[in-house]
Amino acid sequence: MLHTLAVLVENNPGVLARISGLFARRAYNIYSLTVCQTENPSISLMTIVVEGDSQVIEQVTKQLHKLVVVHKVSNLSEEAVVDRELALIRVKVRSDTRLEVLQTVDIFRGRVVDMGRSNLTIELTGDEDKINAFIRTMRPYGILELVRTGKIAVARSDN
Amino acid sequence: MNKLIDGTLIARDPETVWEDEESLSATAGIGAKVLLDVLANEGVEVIFGYPGGSLLTLYDALLDSPIRHVLPRHEQTCVHAADAYARISGKVGVCMATSGPGAANLVTGIANAYMDSIPIVIITGQVPTHLLGSDSFQEVDITGMTFPITKHSYLVKDAEDIPRIVKEAFHIAGTGRPGPVLIDLPKNIIAAEVTDPRPPKVSLKSYKFFTKGNSGQVEEAAKALAQSKKPVVYAGGGVITSGAGPVLRELIEKADIPVVTTLMGIGSVPSGHTNLLGMVGMHGTITANLAVNDCDLLIAVGVRFDDRVTSGLKHRFATKAKVIHIDIDPAEIGKVIRTQIPIVGDARLVLEELFQKVIPPDIPEWWEQLRRWQKEYPLQYEQDGHLNPQTILETMGKVGGENAIVTTDVGQHQMWAAQFYPVRSSRQFITSAGLGTMGFGFPAAIGAQIAKPDRLVFLVTGDGSFQMNIQELATTVQYQLPIKIILMNNGVLGMVRQWQKMFYNERFSQIQLHANPDFIKVAEAYGIPGIRVESPEQVETALQKALAIPGPVLIDFIISPDEVVLPMVPPGKAITEILGGNV
Repeated sequence: MLHTLAVLVENNPGVLARISGLFARRAYNIYSLTVCQTENPSISLMTIVVEGDSQVIEQVTKQLHKLVVVHKVSNLSEEAVVDRELALIRVKVRSDTRLEVLQTVDIFRGRVVDMGRSNLTIELTGDEDKINAFIRTMRPYGILELVRTGKIAVARSDN
Repeated sequence: MNKLIDGTLIARDPETVWEDEESLSATAGIGAKVLLDVLANEGVEVIFGYPGGSLLTLYDALLDSPIRHVLPRHEQTCVHAADAYARISGKVGVCMATSGPGAANLVTGIANAYMDSIPIVIITGQVPTHLLGSDSFQEVDITGMTFPITKHSYLVKDAEDIPRIVKEAFHIAGTGRPGPVLIDLPKNIIAAEVTDPRPPKVSLKSYKFFTKGNSGQVEEAAKALAQSKKPVVYAGGGVITSGAGPVLRELIEKADIPVVTTLMGIGSVPSGHTNLLGMVGMHGTITANLAVNDCDLLIAVGVRFDDRVTSGLKHRFATKAKVIHIDIDPAEIGKVIRTQIPIVGDARLVLEELFQKVIPPDIPEWWEQLRRWQKEYPLQYEQDGHLNPQTILETMGKVGGENAIVTTDVGQHQMWAAQFYPVRSSRQFITSAGLGTMGFGFPAAIGAQIAKPDRLVFLVTGDGSFQMNIQELATTVQYQLPIKIILMNNGVLGMVRQWQKMFYNERFSQIQLHANPDFIKVAEAYGIPGIRVESPEQVETALQKALAIPGPVLIDFIISPDEVVLPMVPPGKAITEILGGNV
């Protein structure tokens, strides 16, 4: 099963190496990992999607806690969360497919952020399933380039 | 400097410096000087170090520091000696080496300290900050190389951080589950001016550890023990680190329950204690192993269920038992086996609380069974007139007195020492347990003798291990360390040979040490007297003669390469498949 861990860490050089090294050494599987600054510039947030049963996740959490650079580890899979991913996709278009592609972008509530003679660059946010679905839809037209951020998530508020 | 916080003895109180500024002798100056001042304020009395290019400024400042410096003949010795110094004294050990090869030579020793949870601070030189990452002369990324084997590490980029970092390093190394902390110091940083040498109060929001166990859980443990019919205590290195030996002894006496120890736990209960069943695991006693296999309650204290104890068979280890696991590191709970009553906390504090609540269980049948096993399967060896390693160890115990410190290398001699040397107290038996580092013993003996100049120190080693750090004979002479070197010389790599004999159809591969020197002559070349012993009758006389000589002595015991360590649980086999006892 996939678990999403939100890990608050010091914003220092070498922190990413410590975290990724821990995962490598203990043979935990990282599915995706994003790092960003938080409202506190000395703290970064790592959103790590990791594969494993509850026992593995418990060990991952405990081992992460042992690193002095780790402030907090929350397993977002255990609570209600809003999660999003951002994708930038460059798709091949011809004069006869352009309109079709633009309509699909609209249905998925994506945005066209760049346009060339024979291609479109589309920005899309959403959960993982939506992005996967959009990519499947675009594939027949020809995907020239695809960049995904990996998942970020926050817990839903109590009310 | 020690202080009680919440009833726990914290090796170093981060607040002391502020409460008593008089004791702070650090004044402004260059990084090197401030570093040494802060180390002195931390109570550091000795550094095991080896100089080099990037540390020249530090070695210059050392001339004006009260801290003693010990210069071995290899950086690996610096770190092992600091490790043993910490094990013996209970203080944080300190070692130092230059950038590049110096730092790289520390790696094995850092891993050794990490595996056995030993508090040391490692200081490494580094190339100047403007050359970092440029593959410059004697540059290695030592913080990167040691991420997986340090509790924490620092690469100092600003000299003003030195006081804070040193303070934090000692705090992290010495508290919670102890471990090695590395400080990497670029050459220009130790030469830069530090305007404020006062370390701030340690404030590490992300570093937490529990000391007092959850009382409800301790209550549960006491209840489980009261109801148990076949309890066993399984005591490890955490008992020794936390100073829980005495309360463990009181507990097993009050409840009258049996105890087994790990290799790291040797000395937590004195050898010969009627409740002690011996060491558990691959070369443990048959009774200890059968007891763990058959028990209905396993009280694990300061242990990590190492595969040398469980044979890596978590589903076949203590299967009938409810498990109480007491450990300061939450990550150890449930890492290897499922635990019914986890208690995260300091072993001493938890055992003290358990001692208050304990109701002795009624277990006469269990004791009868254990005594039957002990009678049936004693730890024994054949005395057939040739020189047995076991005889040497038993005689050492007799002539060495209660206080002798024993350090060992790794291999057959180590296991014989664990089985047959009568260890009476905590911090008396020093061995490389988790990493199993050949070459550890001699540096460890040096660290131990520096920590306790007045105590007798035995180094138990083999001809393989000894030659991994034999150059330290010079250090022994230079610092006049009266270490008694017990060399068990069989001309082979004995433990490897034993495995090839037992599990590889006697196909012996690369275990002959054909060109061994005459060790007596080698010792004599350094000015160390040597004695050769070839028969059992000579053992006691030779040991007494060695003890009568004030300085270091080497005794070359010629033993047979056919000696094996028994009993033995073959790797990957359950305890019941133990060899050497006809179970």
